[in-house]
Amino acid sequence: MIIFKNISKVYQMGDQEVHALDNINIHIKKGEFVSIIGPSGSGKSTLMNIIGCLDTASDGQYLLDNLSIDSYKEKDLAKIRNRKIGFIFQNFNLIQKMSVYENVELPLIYQGVKSSERKKRVEQAIERVNLSYRMNHKPVELSGGQQQRVSIARAIVTNPSILLADEPTGALDSKTSSEIIDIFKELNSQGNTVVLITHDNKVALQAKRRICILDGKVDDTIADDKVGDVV
Amino acid sequence: MIYQSIKMAWKSIISNKMRSFLTMLGIIIGVVSLVVLVSIVNGATGSITDTISSLGKDMLTVTISDDKNNPLKLSEVADYMDNEDISLTAPLSQTSSTAKKDYTSDSATIYGTTNPYMSIMDLEIESGRFLLNADVQNYSYVCVVNQDTIEYLNTSLGDTIKLDGLPFTIIGILAEDDEDESSSSMFSMFSSDSDDVDMQIYIPYTTMTKLNGNSRDVTTFYATASDESSLDSAELTLTNLMMSRFNQDDDAFTINNQSEIGDTMSSVTDTLSLMLGAIAGISLVVGGIGIMNIMTVSVTERTKEIGIRKAIGANFWSIMSQFLIEAMMISLIGGLLGVFLSWAILKVASIFVTSMTFTLSANVSILAVGFCVLIGIIFGIYPAQKAGRKPPIEALRFS
Repeated sequence: MIIFKNISKVYQMGDQEVHALDNINIHIKKGEFVSIIGPSGSGKSTLMNIIGCLDTASDGQYLLDNLSIDSYKEKDLAKIRNRKIGFIFQNFNLIQKMSVYENVELPLIYQGVKSSERKKRVEQAIERVNLSYRMNHKPVELSGGQQQRVSIARAIVTNPSILLADEPTGALDSKTSSEIIDIFKELNSQGNTVVLITHDNKVALQAKRRICILDGKVDDTIADDKVGDVV
Repeated sequence: MIYQSIKMAWKSIISNKMRSFLTMLGIIIGVVSLVVLVSIVNGATGSITDTISSLGKDMLTVTISDDKNNPLKLSEVADYMDNEDISLTAPLSQTSSTAKKDYTSDSATIYGTTNPYMSIMDLEIESGRFLLNADVQNYSYVCVVNQDTIEYLNTSLGDTIKLDGLPFTIIGILAEDDEDESSSSMFSMFSSDSDDVDMQIYIPYTTMTKLNGNSRDVTTFYATASDESSLDSAELTLTNLMMSRFNQDDDAFTINNQSEIGDTMSSVTDTLSLMLGAIAGISLVVGGIGIMNIMTVSVTERTKEIGIRKAIGANFWSIMSQFLIEAMMISLIGGLLGVFLSWAILKVASIFVTSMTFTLSANVSILAVGFCVLIGIIFGIYPAQKAGRKPPIEALRFS
């Protein structure tokens, strides 16, 4: 499903080379619920960008659904982001001047889905996050938790291969956070692959499996109950 | 996808009404100046063309500047009418002299000519008759006068008036010329002496020699073609006749083609509209730069939105087309508003200026709107490309 083979990412900062990711090997199977945890600066955001096809690796091989992503051009990456990946961001990243419905509809427009089919799928996705009664509201009229549910609806509307959530609870209080995590658990139980990136151990422990990133490397020596000490 | 881009562009325009309007303003002003100026020139061209055609249509004017000591005679001019390409010829000599009746006198323009002149110039007789061949042959002291002469000298058909002291009997009165009326009011905009009396008196060509020093030589004559469409061949025939008459010297005479004067006039006004159009075009270009400016700001402002759109699957083309269509729509709407405003301005202008007709030229309007769309594309493409090329991660991080 997701296979990272010796993935490295090097940034050029002036004269210095920064190794954000160093020989990463990861294997995530279809239907898994995995959390990627690490302190800030550990390289987990870079990792997420590469998994999400927002960025490409400097070295190594990335296989997504058996497609070798590292040779793709921006145009093809846009297509993969559209069809295979559902993003959920920490600050929701909804387009403020569009209604809930229009925000959720957007990925389907880029996919070229017909308007009658679009309407059906958008309504279904909004229904799944229990926001049908807020369909025509603008994001600014919704609470943080509701906005995050909208962005989950936008992520699942295309039936992507992976749901990629970057600190999805970072901007939410603990009660709302657990509601959002429950939605991920439910989506996972329905067969969706969920990759959750966080620095919050409590959130990370909700996933079935954890991958710990430290200084750009996968650290599998740390036991689950000790992860909190690292981050 | 295009339909969706149009929808998104429209949303973005109406969500920023004030800014969109101000951006359009440049285009609106450009279109109004283009359409209104060109329409005014067209209106003026109409008036001028009417004036020119009132001088007589489809005729040739021959002026002899060097007679090689062998001046053209009246009989020769009449003989040219035998040529199959030429229909009518009439000599004209013109002088100014004092017209007097009882104790009223003023300066009048005296034309010495022959009978065909009336047909060539489309003159209309209200009462009496025009000059006849017999009048010319007999050196008759007769004259045909216009309405101004009748009114000013307080005279009538059959009366005798004095021209430079010589008595002439009025045998005909010309009808009032409508075209003349409109053209004089057209010129009255530029000159204030429209109240002046314009006395025009036609006398036989031969009798004219008594007034201007006994010369029967013809230096100017008019000719019409036997067929209106064959004016050019008549001109050629006449040129050949004149060339053989004046030792093959083409500097000895000039032939003016009336339709050529019209052509020249219309090429002058065409150049004028083109020039004014170009000046107005510059203001449209300035309007276009305004669009580019706002679109560039808008792209920066919406970097985050571009990042979000890219993260959920928008590619270079979908982002670029969205911004490009937005720029085109602003200029198109501005163009249409400009045409509407021009129409209103021309309507109001027609109420105040009655001597010219102002009509919105459909061609110019279509051209202006088309040019607007082009400007939208040209000045929209840079910001649109800039938007499309934004790397998704950087755009997402933007706040």
